Amino acid sequence: MAEPIKKDEAAVDVTAVEAAIERKVDRGEPILQVRNLVKHFPLTQGILFKKQVGAVKAVDGVSFDLHQGETLGIVGESGCGKSTVAKLLMLLETATAGEVFYKGQDITKLSGRALKAVRRNIQMVFQDPYTSLNPRMTVGDIIGEPFDIHPEVAPKGDRRRKVQELLDVVGLNPEYINRYPHQFSGGQRQRIGIARGLALNPEIIICDEPVSALDVSVQAQVINLMGKLQDEFNLSYIFIAHDLSIVRHISDRVGVMYLGKMAEIGTDEQIYEHPTHPYTQALLSAVPVPDPEARANRERIILTGDVPSPANPPSGCSFRTRCWKAQEKCSQEAPVLAVPERFKGQDTPAAHSSACHFAEEKQIVPVH
Amino acid sequence: MTTSHVTADVPAQRGTDGETPVLEVRDLHVEFKTREGIVKAVNGVNYSVKAGETLAVLGESGSGKSVTAQAIMGILDSPPGRVAKGEILFKGQDILQLPEAERRKLRGPKMAMIFQDALSALNPVFSVGNQLGEMFRVHQGMSKKDAKAKAIELMDRVKIPAARSRVGDYPHQFSGGMRQRIMIAMALALEPDLIIADEPTTALDVTVQAQVMDLLAELQAEYHMGLILITHDLGVVADVADKIAVMYAGRIVEQAPVHELYKRPAHPYTRGLLDSIPRLDQKGQELYAIKGLPPNLLKPPTGCAFSPRCPKAQDICRTELPPLVPVSEQDGTELVGRVSACHFWKEQIHG
Repeated sequence: MAEPIKKDEAAVDVTAVEAAIERKVDRGEPILQVRNLVKHFPLTQGILFKKQVGAVKAVDGVSFDLHQGETLGIVGESGCGKSTVAKLLMLLETATAGEVFYKGQDITKLSGRALKAVRRNIQMVFQDPYTSLNPRMTVGDIIGEPFDIHPEVAPKGDRRRKVQELLDVVGLNPEYINRYPHQFSGGQRQRIGIARGLALNPEIIICDEPVSALDVSVQAQVINLMGKLQDEFNLSYIFIAHDLSIVRHISDRVGVMYLGKMAEIGTDEQIYEHPTHPYTQALLSAVPVPDPEARANRERIILTGDVPSPANPPSGCSFRTRCWKAQEKCSQEAPVLAVPERFKGQDTPAAHSSACHFAEEKQIVPVH
Repeated sequence: MTTSHVTADVPAQRGTDGETPVLEVRDLHVEFKTREGIVKAVNGVNYSVKAGETLAVLGESGSGKSVTAQAIMGILDSPPGRVAKGEILFKGQDILQLPEAERRKLRGPKMAMIFQDALSALNPVFSVGNQLGEMFRVHQGMSKKDAKAKAIELMDRVKIPAARSRVGDYPHQFSGGMRQRIMIAMALALEPDLIIADEPTTALDVTVQAQVMDLLAELQAEYHMGLILITHDLGVVADVADKIAVMYAGRIVEQAPVHELYKRPAHPYTRGLLDSIPRLDQKGQELYAIKGLPPNLLKPPTGCAFSPRCPKAQDICRTELPPLVPVSEQDGTELVGRVSACHFWKEQIHG
């Protein structure tokens, strides 16, 4: 007897969620709000009784907002958890703790029909266009596959036309619909990946290193395409990359991650021109500048050592082991991501969120 | 070989200051036999490196920059690859004529290579100490014990912390940056005259990349070696190179000292590459993009290989292959060390 009631409850819930998702968000309003997102991968020992002996803290309390129509860049070294954040937002991994609000709905708690509806609106473009496309499927099948799961977007008879439209949108010849991925170059394949991401008219696209596998001359083409599509379809991007100059070009706001935590977040100008976190400063100064004149007169902060293991992060501030400013306080107290005390209430570009006890500006040659 | 070929003379002019270059590549052609036909991966490459000098070879994937390096080292996959034509002069001696046993004696003591992916370049079943020591055991006939001591010394040299206790560790126990240091240590072991670094930092993060490039520059200065740096990163090149050779479709399209090249490129491809770097004042605008795709080397375009993608291409570009010619100032004074393979280099450089 209890079952039908449960079902009813669920049904009400789903319609409420669906209604919330249908709602249009104004430009500049937050569309995605991430709060204290945590993902720990367990480390186990033993064969039969897998005893948990620790955890890899891949993402350890990350919070940020994504506004409608903007591009949020996320940068950081390999192993800092930026790709895990992407997977958590796509719900490809279940979060250990924390919430992801999409238009006010916590999507980490959803399941069934409501989850399916949310997934339609958040799509992903992957890094490697060579392995993210099935070699045995034609381009038409790859781009049309999302329609099998969400038939309401394109009725059966309409699909071929729809796929050809998408090919045209991303700058490929619509006649290529019956070709296989191996017949395309890297840049063209990435366009196919983007077309697949666009198929369901999503509102958010998460791009995990979309151009790092491409040649320099082709990178610019793909970046331009993504900019054009953003204007055309009013998309919000989360753009994950390690190339700081490309991130600066495309992003409205930038977040810097280190060892599963957000070290600093702000507008592109705040981060690139007025970084206050020592890690951001080191990262920016390490980027080679394509100008030989700058070679002699730029100060470079060369960090020593490697990123510590996320299975056993340092106490307090996770950056302290490589930081030249580290003091006693850094090992005892983890700094919170907030506008530093000294810049509070001031109208300077340095007044943005930075997770450092000793946040201050430092003159460095900016990345172009 | 005919001397009337314009391109063949270019590196020879460089040696006017009396110093023979460590390495000189002359009119090198490399081709690969495939089922679809012969792929001409390298079509007449000329460059030279002096002791203590850094030459950066810049190009996209498939431009032939790595194949040239493999031909120099003598590690070309052959078959299917073969050197069809050309000379590689190492301290004045054409090493392509040497028997394999002689070339083997060059690899290691005289010239060495640093590969892109250190994890696959190192042997996973031997400890790094063993692999470093192998250089001394094979080439200098050292005992195992001495070789191990040398290996520790080398690991110290490339700033691997706690070298003594880590000498028995295996490659997978090191981080990416450390593995690349071990690769560098191995290349430096016998203090060669020439080092070829093939994308040495592409797989590394920026902070680690800065460490590794610094180390490489420091060691190069200390041992006064010639360095050929193969890369596609215009930023890395600007930081370390003395001169740059830009490759496209198996040919050098432009060569110039580093400052000159960035200031005023003499080839539209170089111009395009420089323009496609995101710049501060272009924020929010479209990036400049070179249209089209790199050519298929099975069927290279007639004339200039870049002509199908070139914004300035004219009829002559599609029919006639532009030779690599010296570049001069507007008033005719020669710009030392600058060459360009474009019919319209004058328009490109002088506007």
